[in-house]
Amino acid sequence: MLGTGGGGDVRTGSLAARRAIQAHGGVPLITLADLPEDALILPLSGIGAPTVSHEMIHSEDEPKRIAEEAERIFGRAPAAVMSSEIGGGNGVAPVAWAAQLGLPLLDADGMGRAFPEVQMVSMYVAGLPADLVIMSDVAGNVVTIRPVDGLWSERLARAVCVAAGSSALMADYVLTAAQARGAVIEGTVTRAIAVGRSTEQTADPLGALQDELGARRLITGKLTDVERRTSGGFVRGSAVIEGTGADRGRTLTLELQNENLVALEDGRVRAIVPDLITVVDTETAIAVQTESLRYGQRVTVLAWACDPLWRTVKGLETAGPAAFGYDLDYVPVEELA
Amino acid sequence: MTLRIGIDVGGTNTDAVVLDAADRVVAKAKRATTADVTGGLRAALDAVLTELARTGPVDTVGRVMLGTTHATNAILERRNLGRVAVVRLGAPATTSVPPLTDWPADLRAAVSAGEAILPGGHYVDGRPISPLDLDAVRRFLDGVTADAVAVSGVFSPADAEHERLVGELVEREYGLPVSLSHEIGSLGLLERENATVLNAALYGVASAVTRALVEALAERSLTARPYLAQNDGTLMTVEYAARLPVSTIGSGPANSLRGAAFLSGVKDAIVADVGGTSTDLGVLMGGFPRESAAAVEIGGVLTNFRMPDILAIAMGGGTRLRPGAIGPDSVGYRLAESALVFGGTVPTMTDAGVHAGRMPGAPREWHSALDEHAGAAEMLAGSLVIADEMVADAVDRMSLGRADRPLVAVGGGAFLLAGRIPGVSQVIRPEHAEVANAVGAAIALASGRVDTIVPAGAGRTRAIERAKEEAAAKAVLAGADPARVELVDVHEVPLSYLAEPAVRLHVKAAGPLSN
Repeated sequence: MLGTGGGGDVRTGSLAARRAIQAHGGVPLITLADLPEDALILPLSGIGAPTVSHEMIHSEDEPKRIAEEAERIFGRAPAAVMSSEIGGGNGVAPVAWAAQLGLPLLDADGMGRAFPEVQMVSMYVAGLPADLVIMSDVAGNVVTIRPVDGLWSERLARAVCVAAGSSALMADYVLTAAQARGAVIEGTVTRAIAVGRSTEQTADPLGALQDELGARRLITGKLTDVERRTSGGFVRGSAVIEGTGADRGRTLTLELQNENLVALEDGRVRAIVPDLITVVDTETAIAVQTESLRYGQRVTVLAWACDPLWRTVKGLETAGPAAFGYDLDYVPVEELA
Repeated sequence: MTLRIGIDVGGTNTDAVVLDAADRVVAKAKRATTADVTGGLRAALDAVLTELARTGPVDTVGRVMLGTTHATNAILERRNLGRVAVVRLGAPATTSVPPLTDWPADLRAAVSAGEAILPGGHYVDGRPISPLDLDAVRRFLDGVTADAVAVSGVFSPADAEHERLVGELVEREYGLPVSLSHEIGSLGLLERENATVLNAALYGVASAVTRALVEALAERSLTARPYLAQNDGTLMTVEYAARLPVSTIGSGPANSLRGAAFLSGVKDAIVADVGGTSTDLGVLMGGFPRESAAAVEIGGVLTNFRMPDILAIAMGGGTRLRPGAIGPDSVGYRLAESALVFGGTVPTMTDAGVHAGRMPGAPREWHSALDEHAGAAEMLAGSLVIADEMVADAVDRMSLGRADRPLVAVGGGAFLLAGRIPGVSQVIRPEHAEVANAVGAAIALASGRVDTIVPAGAGRTRAIERAKEEAAAKAVLAGADPARVELVDVHEVPLSYLAEPAVRLHVKAAGPLSN
C-alpha cells in the first residue's frame, strides 16, 4: 500500500523475515526515544533489479558484513536497524535483517513510501551529508564508498551493484539517534502494520483502509487502458480508469514511473508526487502494483498526504514533480478538488 | 488404427469421447469421478467402448489421451508422494530464504528428505556465482534417504549447465530420478524450485497413472498408444510425462478451452464452461488458452507454473437463489433432488433458466413443477438478470476490451447463458459441448517451451533463433511430428533496472503427434 505501485517484490522479504525470526528470535520495535543520543542507526535497503532479487535471493550474511564494517568505521556497533524505504520489499525485509543481526528495528524509515532513486530519502532532504555508503553482496564483498554528494552516491552505488550481479544490500546515511531527529520519518513501521490490519476482519475493507490512511477516494471504476514502456531502466507509462457507479462518466489518468506519480482528471491534477497515490482492488482493498495493472480490473484510486518533510522546498526539489520530469506545480492533495 | 479416445477426469465427472479419422465424435460417455480416480477412468473407458462396439470394431483405436487429476489429488491429500532430496545451487547467495520455507508443514514433512544450498548457479550476466562442487553434492546425497532429487540453480533458465552436471551425477552414481528446475519453470527461484520439488515428489504417482492406463488398455485388448494432457492444452508421451508429472496439473481447464475451439471451429474466442457450482471463463488465442500472468498455488505452495488464465464466477446449474442475490453456495450433486424442477424445494439457477425458457427441450413436467412455486417467479426472473450481469461483467474482464470475438458456451449448464451477451459478437453453442474437455484431450498437439533471458541489443536475434530451435526440439521430445512443429507463441518482456538492456523471452512450439 505504501509502495504506491512500486517497491518491488514483497513476498521474498516476508519469507526471509519469517525464516529469520524462526532462526534468531523476534525483533523488538523501538522508537527514537528508546535510543541514547549517540546510538548508531543502520538504514538498510536492497538495491538492484527486481527480476534479479526475485531469482538471486540475498545471502543471510550480507547484513552482518555491513554492520561489522560500520563498527570498524564508527568505533561502535550499530544499535538498531532502520528501513530506508517502508513501501514494498524494502519495508518488510529489514525485519529479517534486524533478526539476523540480533538488533531492534527502529519505528521509522527514510521515505514514508517508495521512491526509485537513492537520493530520494528524508536524510538527504534534512541535509545530512551523503558521504558514506556501505554495500555488501551475495559473494561476500564489502564496498565502502565515500562520495562527495548524493548524485555521486547514486552513481557509484549503481555501478557497484551492477558489478555485484545487479543485487546488493546497502547502508547509506548511517546516523546517530541525535541526527535522526527530524531527519527520518517516524512511526512508519507501526503505520504499515496498522494499514495491513485495517483490512482484516471487516465487511468493508476499502472503507476501513481509507479511514486508516486518511485517504481521499479519487475514483472507483474500471481500468480501461494501460500503456507501459521501459526507458532509462525504468518502467514508464500511464493507466486510464473509467468511473463506475456513482463515478460513472468520469475518467482518471495515472502517470506511472515504477510508482504512481500523477493522477489527472480532465487535464486537472487530482494528486501528485510526493503525495501518495495507490491503486487498490475495489472489492478486497489489496494494492495493485503498476506492473500488475490490467484492463478490466475493478479498482479504486486512493491518494493521501505525504510526510510534511517532502513538502518543504528541499523535499520538493528532491522528489517533487520536477524531479520526475513533470512540468506541473505541486499542490497538496487535500487542497485539490 | 484410426480412432482416438480422449478422457478427462474432472472434479465431478470423468468424460470420455471417441473421435474418428475425420475428427467426428462417434461415441461419448460421462461417469462419476471416483475417489481413487482410476475407477471412474475405467468406467468411462468401458462405457465409451461399449457404445463404440455397437458401431464398429474397437481394435482400431490408435491413441488414448488422458487428462487427469491424479497428481493434483496426491498433492492436496499428501498421498503417495515420494521423498525428495532438495539441492539448490547458488551458495553463498540465497541463504536468507532456504528451500521449502513457504511450504505448509505437513506437505514439507511428507516430501522433504533434506535440503541443501550448495555452491554453483549463475549471475544474471552469466558468470558463475561460485564453482560447482560435485563433492558437496555427493556428501549431501550420502546423508539422506530419498526417492528422487530436485535440483534448482540460480538463473538456470538462462544457463542450465550446473543443473545438468548435477543431474548426470545423480543418475550415474545414485540411480535416482532427478528433476532439473530449468525444465520445469521460469525465472523466480522460489516458485520454480517449489514446482521442481513437487515434480520430483510425483514420479511415483506418474508411473502409477501410466501403469493404470496401460493396464486398462491391455485388459480391453487395445494396443493404443497412451498420452497425458498437460496444463497448456497440449499432450506428452507417457515417457515424457514420467519426467514432468507436475505439468499434468491444471490440464482440465486447458482441455475444456481447446475442446471448445475445436467443436466450434473458432480460434479466437471467450469460452464459458458452465458447471454445477461455477462458470469458468477462459480466452482462446490462436486456438490455445491465454495463460495467467499471476503465480499459481498448488496445495498451498506457490509455483510459477504457466496455467490457463481462468476467471471463475459462482454461477452454475446448482447455484442457490435468494431474493436479490444468487450463490455463492450450490446444491452441488444434490441438484436432481433439491431443485424445484425436480420436485425439490430449493430454488436454483437451473430453475431460473428453465423458467425463462432458456432450455428449449425442457420436459413439460419441469414447467409444471415450477408452476407450483408461482410465488418464486419474481425471484427466478430477478436471479437470471443478476446472473446475466455477472457473466457480462466477467466477459468484459477477460476480453481486455475487445468486443469482436464470439463466446463459446460449453459444459452441462451452458443453457443458462443468454443468447446475447454484451461484449461478444455472438454466442456459439457447439454440439457435444457437454464433453468439450474430453474432446480437447483427444485433439491436442504436443508442445515444447523455453523461458529465458536474452540481451536486448546485439545478439538478440541469434538468441531468439536459438530459443525457437530449442522449443521445437522439446516439442519433438514430447511426441510431436518433427516435420510439422510450428512456433505458436513468441513473447518478449523488457526488464527494468538492468545495466545491460535485456528481455525475458518466452517461446512455445507445438505440432501434431507423430505416427
